[in-house]
Amino acid sequence: MYAAIAAARKGASVILLDKSLVGRGGATVMAQMTVAAAIGQQEPDDWTIHFEDTLKAGRGLCNEELSALLCEEGPKRILEMEQWGTRWARENGHIKQEMAPGHSRRRCCYVDFLNTGPAVAATLRRKVGEISEIRRISNVSIIEIVTKDGCALGAVGLNVIDGEVVTFQAKAVILAAGGLTKLYARNSASANMGGEPYALALWAGAELVDMEFVQFFPIGHLAPRLVGMDPIMWDPFRYKLGGKLLNGQFEEFVDRYGGTDFGQYTATRDLASYAILKEAEAGRGSPHGGAYLDFRHIPEDQLRAAFGPVIDRLLLNGIDLTKTPVEVGPMAHYHMGGVRVNAHMETRINRLYAAGEAVGGTNGANRLSGNAITEAFVFGERAGWSAAEGAKHTHVDSETKITAAALERVKALKSRQSKDGVPPVALQAELQNLMWEKVGPFRTGEKLAAALARIQQMQRNELPNVSVTDKTLYNLDLLDWFELRAMLTTAESVVGSALARNESRGAHQREDFSDSNESLLKNQVMKMRNGELVSRWTAPVQANRGDGSHG
Amino acid sequence: MADRSIKKAILRVRRGTTNEVGRYENFEVPYEDGMSVLDALRWIRVNLDSSLAIRYSCINANACKTCMALVNGEVEYTCIAKLAPEIITVEPLPKRPLIRDLVTDTVPEEEKL
Repeated sequence: MYAAIAAARKGASVILLDKSLVGRGGATVMAQMTVAAAIGQQEPDDWTIHFEDTLKAGRGLCNEELSALLCEEGPKRILEMEQWGTRWARENGHIKQEMAPGHSRRRCCYVDFLNTGPAVAATLRRKVGEISEIRRISNVSIIEIVTKDGCALGAVGLNVIDGEVVTFQAKAVILAAGGLTKLYARNSASANMGGEPYALALWAGAELVDMEFVQFFPIGHLAPRLVGMDPIMWDPFRYKLGGKLLNGQFEEFVDRYGGTDFGQYTATRDLASYAILKEAEAGRGSPHGGAYLDFRHIPEDQLRAAFGPVIDRLLLNGIDLTKTPVEVGPMAHYHMGGVRVNAHMETRINRLYAAGEAVGGTNGANRLSGNAITEAFVFGERAGWSAAEGAKHTHVDSETKITAAALERVKALKSRQSKDGVPPVALQAELQNLMWEKVGPFRTGEKLAAALARIQQMQRNELPNVSVTDKTLYNLDLLDWFELRAMLTTAESVVGSALARNESRGAHQREDFSDSNESLLKNQVMKMRNGELVSRWTAPVQANRGDGSHG
Repeated sequence: MADRSIKKAILRVRRGTTNEVGRYENFEVPYEDGMSVLDALRWIRVNLDSSLAIRYSCINANACKTCMALVNGEVEYTCIAKLAPEIITVEPLPKRPLIRDLVTDTVPEEEKL
């Protein structure tokens, strides 16, 4: 949405497409947490300090041009969002900023209570609605980017309502459809995050980078079933109140893995994930295979002071934190890898851009809490600007022949209508379990190879033969099939990259290569050649230090 | 070992499009404490009948606000409506044009093709 606003402000006429409802699906609306930006209102801060913190977390792999852009432009976007109506939490006449792990300053802005994502999404929806140059279209899922001679010409979509194919001609195309966490059985994502922008980019001829780096959030909510809340909600509880991590026998255990925690919030994310999964492996997990998070030692008035209405929402779910601990465990949360772009958000395909989580490389091997919404704003603004600029120097090229392949694919799929057989949604579920079990937070060459073999088998055998039901209106089988197709390509790129990185670094942990290897201080770049994924190693992009311009 | 009950919920779901006479279909779903109605509908799609049309996006955060339906006659977000180990009737929103099954036309006019 930020990209659409920026492009329209630069004079472009924009079509904003969403497979759900515009501004309702995706990841932003679910973010209950914070937005990091060095606006320096809570305490003195500078974008260069935020930049250093981001690079440190990225373990040597950040694309420094992108990280610098994120940190330098972040403050402008936060203040712009406030002008557009976002009510950041304030105190004493300034925007309130909190500390979060890995940040050396209090720089994380938020909207109370746990309402950051819905609030910024509402601001952007309203802003988009005010601009007549933006045409919103809901319930169309993009299944292909149309290219010719290394240049993007538009896109082909599937209309979810009637199952018909829709083609769009455009002078420029921006991929802004988020990450890939839906690939995992345990995830904190919405139904929209199937990794489509990565697959669309590969098919169009663009490159991906760092696909092995999936961020797992260590204390995602497992049980009791909690509805109406973001599963990663326990993080702010921990940084405001502490909270003890206990194993299935109600013992503290993080110290056994070389960390200190003791009801504080000091164990790093990767150590916490490791400790929780290892305890579960040793048979000392909580009933759902995680750990207990216990707030019983914290008085109710303190809980209420910190989280007010959230405590009541928990009670509605039958969760009384003063009486019962909850079960938590690692879950897929964010993707550091993604579409390879330069600081103008350009891919190597002319007039094909990416924005937000779809962009890879900014956060290197691990992302700081709070950087994701910032990049949605900053990269959106930059991509919109660049695409509008690019569109000025081109004309709409109508190439109906090029859309023929996509049309054939839909026709072929509809011809396989049958009431029997495994539906695409069940294959998605199988893929999610496979990715969780074999390509999760802790990996081995053996498990990765097994995952890759099964993914390639699904691509060869199941995908071309699976049948769909014969409904015309709102046939989710069709949508599921195209999602599955993208999920398999994206999963293959993750597994292939993870297999090639024979070391442990940041979010990529290999049990068979537990140390970092300095010779692998490189990014892995992936592209598709004749239907096969090929990868190469490149040196990380360095920023021009001391020079703040990225014009 | 946790105490795992084998309770079931029966979802009585209204199927069909505007052009058909509405019919109800029953689905039996394994019940776990805390489950939402949407959890059950999604389970049906994976395990029993993928042709069931439902609309949702955020799954359980009650953030996207797209999963509304009638649950036992009341308008509810299915993602936060609690399931119970009994018969639950789920129907499309009555005041919106029906597309199919539980999906009604909630897309704003200006966002349509």
